[in-house]
Amino acid sequence: MWRFALPLIGFVILVVIFAKGLELDPQALPSPLTEKPAPPFDLEDLQNPGNRVSSEMLGGKPVLVNVWATWCPPCRAEHDFLLELQREGVTIVGFNWQDDRAAALEWLRVLGDPYVATGFDPQGRAGIDWGVISAPETFLIDANQVIRHKHFGELTREIWERDFAPLMEHSR
Amino acid sequence: MTRLLWVLVLCIAAPVYAVDAGKAFEDPVMQARYVAITSEVRCVKCQNEAIRDSNSRIATDLRREVRRLLSEGMSDAEIYDYLVARYGEFVLYRPPAKGKTLFIWLAPGFFLLIGGIVVFRIMKRRFAMPLDEKGA
Repeated sequence: MWRFALPLIGFVILVVIFAKGLELDPQALPSPLTEKPAPPFDLEDLQNPGNRVSSEMLGGKPVLVNVWATWCPPCRAEHDFLLELQREGVTIVGFNWQDDRAAALEWLRVLGDPYVATGFDPQGRAGIDWGVISAPETFLIDANQVIRHKHFGELTREIWERDFAPLMEHSR
Repeated sequence: MTRLLWVLVLCIAAPVYAVDAGKAFEDPVMQARYVAITSEVRCVKCQNEAIRDSNSRIATDLRREVRRLLSEGMSDAEIYDYLVARYGEFVLYRPPAKGKTLFIWLAPGFFLLIGGIVVFRIMKRRFAMPLDEKGA
């Protein structure tokens, strides 16, 4: 009896483990920065080169930090949703990563600008402090400048309602 | 013969494909540390490559960062800690054997043990059989 039952049980266990594994996104790594204070940054303003976009803009209220680049197709896909969020009153700070200034300015001119300000990080140096892996990435920073959530990849309404909206209430 | 020679030449030429071929440091000790670290740090985007072998944006950035940290005089351990603080233990090809990763470190021995027990039991039964039934 056990001769047949044991391999069958083993097989079923493996199927469950692998089926679970298929649902996991290997790119969605847990960030060690979640629930930690937002790393300081001080970047040149993309649109107004004299100004700075820095971590002083964070805090006081929930703020999104959105890492984007013009070479990144999912950034284009989520752009309209970011504009929607802006219309709904969400403050978004842009983090232009590994990009070309002229292309980035053109992008915002043509597609619209959902950001209160955009920091320019052409070398990705500040991105390393934020553990940026690729664009797009979206961080939720609460009123106390703590990172409450990080999302990898395109941000959609569905993901917003599921992962961000509940945290927004507690981030004030 | 000429064809074979070409194959050999192309084999020798393989390092041409190396991503990070230039020397980062003139000092051979520093260069050796740089090569060792960039071979041990995983590219977080292209996850099955070390940052030494990857030409993705983040790997290029991290190589530049390792170079900067080395020239600032950080020790190897400090550089690993610096990267882990930002990207998590996943960034290390050989994460410390504690917590969640302990299972991964022990798994090969565990499965080898199970396989060994199974093989041992089968062999024992076979040897216990009379000779003429062997292989039946």
